[in-house]
Amino acid sequence: MSHDASTGAAGKTGGLTLGRLLQSPLALPLIGLIVVSILMGLASDNFFTLNNILNVLRQVSVVGILAVGMTFVILTGGIDLSVGAVMALVGTLSAGMMVNMGVPAAAALALGLLIGLGIGLANGVLVAWGRMPAIIVTLATMGMARGLGLIYSGGYPISGIPSWISWFGVGRIGIIPVPVVIMVAIYAVAWVLLQRTAFGRHVYALGGNENAARLSGVKTQRVKLAVYGISGLTSALAAVILTGRLMSGQPNAGVGFELDAIAAVVLGGTAIAGGRGLILGTLIGAVLLGILNNGLNLMGINPYLQDVIKGAIILLAIYIGREWR
Amino acid sequence: MLELKGIRKSFGKIEVLHGVDLDVRAGEVHALLGENGAGKSTLMKILCGIIQPSEGKILINGAERHFADYDQAIAAGIGIVFQEFSLIPWLDAVENMFLAREIRNRFGMLNRKAMHRRAAEIMRQLAVDVPLDVPVHRLSVAEQQFVEIAKALSLNARILVLDEPTATLTPSEVEHLFKVMRELRKQGVAIIFISHHLEEIFEICDRITVLRDGEFVGSCAVSGVDNDRLVEMMVGRRIENNFPAKVPVPSPAPVVIDVEELQLKKGGPVSRFQLRKGEILGFAGLVGSGRTETVLAMLGAGPVQRCRLRLNGTQKRFRGPDEALAAGIGLLPESRKEQGLITSFSILQNVSLNNYGKYRKNHWFIDLKKELAATRTAMAQVRVKAQGPHARVDTLSGGNQQKVVIARWLNHDMQVLIFDEPTRGIDVGAKAEIYALMREFTQKGGSIIMISSELPEVIGMSDRVCVFRSGGLVATVEGDQIESETIMTHATTGRVEHVA
Repeated sequence: MSHDASTGAAGKTGGLTLGRLLQSPLALPLIGLIVVSILMGLASDNFFTLNNILNVLRQVSVVGILAVGMTFVILTGGIDLSVGAVMALVGTLSAGMMVNMGVPAAAALALGLLIGLGIGLANGVLVAWGRMPAIIVTLATMGMARGLGLIYSGGYPISGIPSWISWFGVGRIGIIPVPVVIMVAIYAVAWVLLQRTAFGRHVYALGGNENAARLSGVKTQRVKLAVYGISGLTSALAAVILTGRLMSGQPNAGVGFELDAIAAVVLGGTAIAGGRGLILGTLIGAVLLGILNNGLNLMGINPYLQDVIKGAIILLAIYIGREWR
Repeated sequence: MLELKGIRKSFGKIEVLHGVDLDVRAGEVHALLGENGAGKSTLMKILCGIIQPSEGKILINGAERHFADYDQAIAAGIGIVFQEFSLIPWLDAVENMFLAREIRNRFGMLNRKAMHRRAAEIMRQLAVDVPLDVPVHRLSVAEQQFVEIAKALSLNARILVLDEPTATLTPSEVEHLFKVMRELRKQGVAIIFISHHLEEIFEICDRITVLRDGEFVGSCAVSGVDNDRLVEMMVGRRIENNFPAKVPVPSPAPVVIDVEELQLKKGGPVSRFQLRKGEILGFAGLVGSGRTETVLAMLGAGPVQRCRLRLNGTQKRFRGPDEALAAGIGLLPESRKEQGLITSFSILQNVSLNNYGKYRKNHWFIDLKKELAATRTAMAQVRVKAQGPHARVDTLSGGNQQKVVIARWLNHDMQVLIFDEPTRGIDVGAKAEIYALMREFTQKGGSIIMISSELPEVIGMSDRVCVFRSGGLVATVEGDQIESETIMTHATTGRVEHVA
C-alpha cells in the first residue's frame, strides 16, 4: 500500500515535471540535442564514446564561451558581431606582449582580458550613449579589431609563448579538458548573473520593452554598457583558450565565429529580438552545433556540404521553434 | 450599400461590441459617434478585415462578405484612412499611392509616366493640388491626408472610412477636406466619418450612428437631432458617482514640486505650475496639447528646451526617469503595453523591476523570498486579480495590468506619482478601485499629477486643474471653477505665454 502511494505520488510529480519541461524554453533545444545525438550515434559507432564526447565539448568551448557574452547582448535586443575579431586581436596582442615585449605571460593574459573588456565597453558606449545601432557599431569594431591584429602581427602568427599556456587549451583536470571546465564555470557565473541579480532582470527587461524599463527608472544605458562589456570579456576569455590550443597568437583566427555564436544562442531558444531565453539554452545550442560538426566529420561528409547541412538545420530549428509557441 | 448587422466581438472573455448595426448608403457622409472606448475603432477594424467579428454579418450591396484580412476588404471596395498615416515618408505621393501594385511596362520596369498620369487624374477628381513628386514627409498633414484618400480611391474604394481626419488639421484645412468629402459624396462614395467635434458633424454629415460602451445606441438623420440630443445619446445616463470624495487639502499645503519655468521647444510657450503635498493636480487639455510632453520634460525623459524646477525647495534637474525615481517621483505612462509593462514578464518581475534595492541578499543578489513576499503584499494592496505572482502580465485584463503598474510604484516610498491616462481602456469597476487607490495615496501625504483626456475624470478627481493648449499651460483652475465648460473653454481657446 505504501508502495502504491509512493508510485502514485511519483507518477504525479513526474507528469507535472514533464509537462513543465515541455513548456520550458529549454524543451526544444533539448529535444533537438537528443535527436541529433541519436542520429549521430546511429551513423557512427565512435560517437558515443567518452573520448569523443569530451572531445566534442572541448571543441565547443571557444564558441560556447563567445556565445555567453552574445546571450547577454541578444537578450537586451542587441547583437555583437565583433566577438570573433576581438578574440583574435586579444590572442595576438597577448602573445605579442609575451614574445616581443617581455611582459610576463600571466600579466600578458590579464592585460588581454582587460583589452577585451575595454573593446566591449567601447561598443557599449557607442550603442548606449552614441545611440547607434548595435549591428553597425559592432560591424565597424569587428573590422577595426581584425585590422589592428593584422597590423600588429604583420599578418603572421606570433609563436614562442611559454609552454604552460597550452594547459588552457589542451590540459586536463582528471579526465575533463580544462577548456570545458572554464566554459562550465563561465556558464555558471552567467546563470547567477541572469537569474539571481537585479542586473540580470534588467537585461531581460531591456529586451522585453526598453521604453517601459527606461520610464520605470531602470538605468538602461548602464545595462547596455555592461552587456557589451561582458561580451568583450568573454571574447577575451575565449582567446586564452584559443591561444593555449594553437600555442600562438593568430590574427586570422575566429573568422565567422560570431555567426556560430549567434547560431548557438538562437538554437538555444533565445529570441533574436531579445527579452526571452536562458543561458542554459545557449549551452545546449553550442553543444548541438558542436555535435553536428563532429558527427558530420565522423561520417566523412564533404566540408562544403557540412555548411549547407548546418544552415538547413538552423533554419529548420527556428521554424519549428516559431510554430511551437 | 454597406450593412453591418449584429456585430459582436470578444477579446478573451470580455465582450467589447454587443451587437452593433451600421447601415451606410451610397453618396452619404455617415458619422460614427461615441466616446473613447465606445467601440468605434474595433468596429472599423472589423469592417476592414483587420480583426474578425465573433458574431454578425457584413453585407455589401446586399451580399454577405467575409474579410479574412485587410487586402480582401480593399478588394471589396473599402478604403480606410487611419489616424496614424500609413505612408512611407521618404517616397513621393505617386510612389505611395501605387505601393505594392506599381504599374509596369511590358519589360517589367516601372511605368512612372502612367502612374503619374493616374495619380494626377485622381487628384483632379478630388479637386486638390498636392505636389506629386516630393517626399510625403515634406507635405503638410492635410496634404498627406489627401494622398491617403487618393490612395484609397486609386484602389477603387466605394466605401471610405476617415478616422478622426480633422484632429490635426487647421480650420482652413478642415474646410478643404470637407470640400473634398462633398465632391466624393457627389460621386456616390459612401463615407464613414469619425470625429469628436460635434459642429463638424452638423456641417458635413447626413446621418449618424452612435455607439456607447460597445452598445448600438441608434442611427438617425442629422437633421433630426440637435447638439444636446447628440451628447445625450453619446453619454447616456452615466454613473459618475464612482469618484471618492475629495478631502480638502490643508492650506497652505507645502509645495512639493515647483516648476518655475518649463519650455518644450525653442520659442515655444513657457509653463509654470506648482504641485502641493497631498493633492491631485489634474492636467487637462486636448490630445496633443503638450501635457505628456511637459511631464516627460520635467523628468528628463523627453525633449526640453528649458526647465527650472524645485523639489521641496531645492533646485533639481533630472536627466532621466532613474534620477526622478531616486528623488521619489514615479511615472505611470499612458500606454501600459508600450511604456508601462514588460509584457513578457510575470507580475512579480514587473512589480520588482525598479525595486531591487529593497530586497538584496549579500549586496549583489536578489532575495527571492523577500521579493515574493513583497509582491504578494503589493498585489493584495491594489487587489490584482490573477492566478498568482508568477502569472504573465499579458494574460491580465487592462484594469489588472494598470494595478500591476500601480503596485510597482506603491512598493516604493514615493512622494509624487504621475498618472498619464490612468483609466484608459479600463472597465468601470476597476476604474473606481484605481480612483480609490489614488486618493488613498494622497491621504497618506503623497502628491499626484493626473493627465486625463476624460473630462469627468478630471473634474471628479482633481483638487486643482492645469489646462494645456498648444504645448503650454494656459490656465490653472480650482474650486468651483473645476467644471467642464470652464476647462473646455481654456483648452480650446486659452492663450499660451510665449517667450523668445
